[in-house]
Amino acid sequence: MKKVTGMILGTVMTGLLGLSATAVSAADNIKIAFIDPLSGPFATTGANGLAEWKFAVEKLVNEKGGVLGGTKLEVIGFDNKISPKESLIQLQVAIDQGIRFIAQGNSSGVANALTGAIKKHNKRNPDKKVIFLNYSAVDPALTNDKCNFWHFRFDANADIKMDALTDVIAKDSSIDKIYIIGQDYSFGKAVAAAAVRNIGDKMPNVKIVGNELHPIGKVKDFTPYARKIIASGANAVITGNWGSDMLSLGKAVIKAGYKGPIYTYYAASSGITKAFGADGKGVIRIVSEGTLNPPVSDRVSDYVNAFKAKYPDNNVSQLRIANTAEMLAKAIDKAGSTDAIKVAYALEGMEIDSIWGGKVKMRASDHQAIQNVYVLAHTDDNMTHALDNSPYGLLTENTVVDAGMDSPTSCKMKRP
Amino acid sequence: MELIFVNILDGLVTGLLLFMLCSGLTLIFSMMGVLNFAHASFYMLGAYFAYEISTYVGFWPGLVFAPILVGIAGALVERYGLRRVHQYGHVPELIFTFGLALLIEEIIQFFWGKNLMAYDEPKILDFTAFTIAGNAFPAYKVFMIFVAMAIFLILLFILTRTRVGLIIQAALSYPNTVQNLGHNVPLVFMGVFGVGTALAGVAGVIAGPVLGTFPGMAVVLGSIVFVTIVIGGLGSLWGALIASLLIGWLQTFAASYNIVIGDVLVSIGFTRPENLDDSALRDLWTLTVSQIGPILPFLLMVLVLAIRPQGLFGKRET
Repeated sequence: MKKVTGMILGTVMTGLLGLSATAVSAADNIKIAFIDPLSGPFATTGANGLAEWKFAVEKLVNEKGGVLGGTKLEVIGFDNKISPKESLIQLQVAIDQGIRFIAQGNSSGVANALTGAIKKHNKRNPDKKVIFLNYSAVDPALTNDKCNFWHFRFDANADIKMDALTDVIAKDSSIDKIYIIGQDYSFGKAVAAAAVRNIGDKMPNVKIVGNELHPIGKVKDFTPYARKIIASGANAVITGNWGSDMLSLGKAVIKAGYKGPIYTYYAASSGITKAFGADGKGVIRIVSEGTLNPPVSDRVSDYVNAFKAKYPDNNVSQLRIANTAEMLAKAIDKAGSTDAIKVAYALEGMEIDSIWGGKVKMRASDHQAIQNVYVLAHTDDNMTHALDNSPYGLLTENTVVDAGMDSPTSCKMKRP
Repeated sequence: MELIFVNILDGLVTGLLLFMLCSGLTLIFSMMGVLNFAHASFYMLGAYFAYEISTYVGFWPGLVFAPILVGIAGALVERYGLRRVHQYGHVPELIFTFGLALLIEEIIQFFWGKNLMAYDEPKILDFTAFTIAGNAFPAYKVFMIFVAMAIFLILLFILTRTRVGLIIQAALSYPNTVQNLGHNVPLVFMGVFGVGTALAGVAGVIAGPVLGTFPGMAVVLGSIVFVTIVIGGLGSLWGALIASLLIGWLQTFAASYNIVIGDVLVSIGFTRPENLDDSALRDLWTLTVSQIGPILPFLLMVLVLAIRPQGLFGKRET
């Protein structure tokens, strides 16, 4: 009997020891809290982003020896259900767990809530300061009126992307009538406003033949809108639509006989590339901060192939995540610690050679990353890295080097 | 002018699609008194089943087998779910179908994920049937019109010219009397529920490639089908058809013309405020008809309920 008890005790003890051992190694890691939707209607985007984050940190940082001479980075997912309120709760949970780096990207509404909360938190808890790594939310206000020292944006914001897009459109002399259509909410309106401003500045001869907003997520059939676009004689369409609104609009417009380009922000991956298939070829154009095709180096192919081997159902679709991971690791090394102030100062003005080609520079004046912006075409020609496990993917058509380098900002950065 | 003709055709397609959903629902509602919240979910199920079948054997077998599968699922739901709940009254039935709608959505996300499905129309119909002033009219939409018309005619024939139709019509009004005459009314109910959901399945199969196959497709159509059957009158096939077409055209024309409400107000004698930013009604002045398009059917429903509560073709009050 005693023997049995001893055995059980022993097993339990070894178990506990084992547990504490892993706990110790995990505690040594530098943790990044990934606060994005992991359940609900936007879970696919969130889950894909988390996979990309975990892979980027593993491949680009940990496999190369980590930071500070051997410490590893670790990404932990926190589900915010894409709600700003829930995000603030998860932020507090993450901070209480001792996490000092917060990554978020889906929805500018959430980013606005987080950046405000983090600013307040850092003021009130000087010994527990955190840094906000915004890898995807593109509302221009975040690096303008609402900017603060702790927020860093690694994606090109909506204005920079529209600036690059209209640069490319301006070079195409066959386009003289543009139709702008978008979802009736803040991002759709921001895209429309930026498009009108840029077209007015750069292409005085081009006529805007339509500028309208449709109810978000409520339109069953986009055919009537497609008819209007055809009737207007437009030879280019600009839209900020995403999700099923993007796919339905694109398909309706193509089926109605439209042949020109549709310039978009979010018309790829999450099944959209596969669903567009042959119909979207020669029509769908996407403005993006990076490109997979043609791969600029073997490094890109190695990275994407290794990712697909590990996560066959996901896509490498948010290329800025790799830049974010690399820049964070470099900043921690440069600062020589994980102290938020030191890392934030190290990130300011930092420049790296992006794995996707070109350089990424974190502009100090507003913490907006300046990088190449590409206009990509949906096609199956010359595809090295297709999306959605389909033959289709995105191919570089135009490159705008260091897009928005001189773009103005209303940010008045207050530094600690 | 040509655009009006194109819009009439587009509205016809939208309306007939709506009709396929409503015809089943209106029969179920009027016969069993069950407001089947899950009806649009069966439509979604039809689209997903057909997509899955089409990846193996192509579109056409999907068009046949997916609705049958959906119909069987519907009949099973009636037999083992609704019939049990029925004895507790209408509120539990309502809650049951509501829960079922949520369940079906979750099940679909569990098996197919949250991504958009690459469900396409068959290659043989992937061409332009005709073009009106630069507006292409896809052959697939012509096909949709014919399928919907065929379904309407078959249903009309069954309901008015066959013995089964006679019993169904009788059971609609006097279920107890029909039962006393020796007919198996529960079986009739199960059959109607099964056929009704199968029709929703057909709608899903042929709408999936055009309107997109994704987990939110049921929610987008969910409320509008109830509006349609209320406008048309419960239990009336003709009512469902007319109301569906009316709503199809209403939505198509509303979305097609950028009429600004402000211009309408000016034309009927109102004066535009000098500075719109100071005006309390600024939003009203700048609103366009296409922005309010989605609420027009609901307005129509309120109107119909106020003027003719039994609906356009209904025989009894809702």
